[in-house]
Amino acid sequence: MTAKGQGRTAFAYLTPALLVLAGLLAYPIYQLVLISLYDYGQEQVSGGAPLTFLGLGNYQKLLGDQQFWTVLGQTVAFAAVCVVGTLLVGAFLAILATRVRAWARTTLFLAALGAWSTPAVAGSTIWLFLFDANFGFVNEVLGIQGFSWTFDKWTAFGLVAAQVIWCSFPFVMVTLYAGIKAIPGEVLEAAALDGASAFRTAWSVTLPLLRPIILVVTIQSIIWDFKVFTQIYVMTNGGGIAGRNLVLNVYAYQQAFAASEYGLGAAIGVVMTVLLLVITLFYLRALRRSGEVL
Amino acid sequence: MRLKALVAVLGVGAVVACAPVQSGPANTSTDEKTGQLRVWLFDEVNRGPKEAVVKEAISEFQGKHSGVTVDVQYIQVSSRAERFKAAFSDPKSAPDVAEFGNTDLAGYVSAGGFSELDLGSWSESKDLVPTILDTAKVDGKTYGVPWFVGVRALYYRTDVFTELGLKPPATLDEIAPLARQIRQKKPELIGISAGGKYLFAALPFIWANGGDIAKQDGGKFTATIDSAEAKAGVAKYTELIKDDICPPATCAGNGGDASVEAFRAGKAAMTIGGDFNRKSVDASSAAGKYGVVPLPGRTSGSIAPAFAGGNLLGVMKGTQRKTLANEFLQLLASKKYQQKMYSAMGNLPTFSDVQKQVSDSDKFLEPFTKTLQSGTKFVPVTPAWAKIEAQTVLPTMIQEVVTGAKNVDAATADAAKTMNAAFAS
Repeated sequence: MTAKGQGRTAFAYLTPALLVLAGLLAYPIYQLVLISLYDYGQEQVSGGAPLTFLGLGNYQKLLGDQQFWTVLGQTVAFAAVCVVGTLLVGAFLAILATRVRAWARTTLFLAALGAWSTPAVAGSTIWLFLFDANFGFVNEVLGIQGFSWTFDKWTAFGLVAAQVIWCSFPFVMVTLYAGIKAIPGEVLEAAALDGASAFRTAWSVTLPLLRPIILVVTIQSIIWDFKVFTQIYVMTNGGGIAGRNLVLNVYAYQQAFAASEYGLGAAIGVVMTVLLLVITLFYLRALRRSGEVL
Repeated sequence: MRLKALVAVLGVGAVVACAPVQSGPANTSTDEKTGQLRVWLFDEVNRGPKEAVVKEAISEFQGKHSGVTVDVQYIQVSSRAERFKAAFSDPKSAPDVAEFGNTDLAGYVSAGGFSELDLGSWSESKDLVPTILDTAKVDGKTYGVPWFVGVRALYYRTDVFTELGLKPPATLDEIAPLARQIRQKKPELIGISAGGKYLFAALPFIWANGGDIAKQDGGKFTATIDSAEAKAGVAKYTELIKDDICPPATCAGNGGDASVEAFRAGKAAMTIGGDFNRKSVDASSAAGKYGVVPLPGRTSGSIAPAFAGGNLLGVMKGTQRKTLANEFLQLLASKKYQQKMYSAMGNLPTFSDVQKQVSDSDKFLEPFTKTLQSGTKFVPVTPAWAKIEAQTVLPTMIQEVVTGAKNVDAATADAAKTMNAAFAS
């Protein structure tokens, strides 16, 4: 078979997968970009008004909006806190899991899986009950009945961040635990024979071996936490007092989709997609550098 | 070759689909006289009595029209926006007759959802209260029949007022000092339960001070929320959400329901509540020890203009059974069935004679019908209002003032700017 023929055969084999990808990924993104270039509201959807092509008008409007930048900044900072928190809690518990007895480990894993599998809306609501100003368990224990956790901007963000960390640390913990367990015993033994301290072993042996896994969970967490919607929407009642707890996804929903400004909403969607694509590219490059086969 | 063909196909597809989808105008030429008439009504917390009245109307209607069945679907108020948007985008899944909130009207009409009604041939329609019928009009054309109306008045705790030797406020400006005084003497109570998101409680303060949300000039709206009069009203209302009356930490996030809830729980000496809140307050710890007076205006004896909330019944534009739909609407919205709906749900009727009849027989309604008679006001009738509401422009403005993030001047100026952008689009 000639090289050209081989290429054709390969292409034929790939066609079904390409079609599925095109249908599930390319077409929606194409539509998203297309809609973002139009003034596309409910009137236009139901045929009551003609379509107007705006070009980059929606993007201009968005990028010229002071609130968009505030919300973007808040989203980045909020995601950063959640990612760091998730990684620290997950890593700490993963290490703990390698050190404790089997029954304690099983209990820890069951509890973590419970948090992981709780639907976001249910989890957020339960946390709200726990932190209710007047009837909440937490305020009762602390003896501060009447204190509202969701009123102040920072306590509200803190509470939501804690909830996000609570429901996303299990992924980090389970993945890191598997990573630690996969480190060959001989390597650690060799380090011990060379007289390395526990800290030195962790820093110079375990950590480098875990690097690829830590990268994966970090970037996964960044993508997840950047897209947080449910927790903010439920726990701060749609973005907090005077909208001071808005993050990008909730902002897009409120400003664009609930207000039937689908064009503007699509523009926000495109901006978010681009931002996350940049992060993903960074992720792929980092993976390649760490020697993983892609 | 195959690759080229694929590229060609994709290219053609891209050219054909180079604009976002639009559904075509609904076909309204047919007018069938038999078959199924589909009706959407709102679900309620306690739907039983409403459903019973509607069933009665259906059997009366089906008795008169053989070969016609009426199918009622109860839809959730909270997801109504999605349901109606879907119905407008796909006329096949749409009902023939629907109940909807009067603040949603302008948006629905501009989306091409409802058809204009001709009420001239319906004799009862002349008794509809004009200011209430206005809430069913866009640019002078009527698109719905007001099914019931909701207004708010001042609820207060008679036991607390008697104990402290107080009288209900006679003017709007008396409310804040009075509420402050109550909280001083009874620190466990909120003086008046006002909410940062409770727009319909804030609007009477703005209107009574001579301000308004926006004004209309030749079909074009301009925000007037930053006028001196409106600002005075905003200042008066936000004064209530302060630590010495209704602490922001508790009240700033509250909408209407949560504000009334504090009163129900016995934690507030006053609140602004609707005639429709009566049943729930009667089933609470405040039952039997509360009274209602109209929310006073600036001068003693006057009444602050209230927001005329309520629901309309309309005929969908895409209906295949226009005549039947209109007939069923006129039956359900008739005096007879509004009377029945009042007995079942406590919904205030929209006909002046029926209103008088029910308030004569029920003392409780007096402050509400008085408020209605003294003149009500409404939010701007433009599709932009739905956008302004969804973007929570005015609640955000109130909350910004309450939390001290901005002063009244800055908050109202920003709100006016956002609103003008919405009016212009």
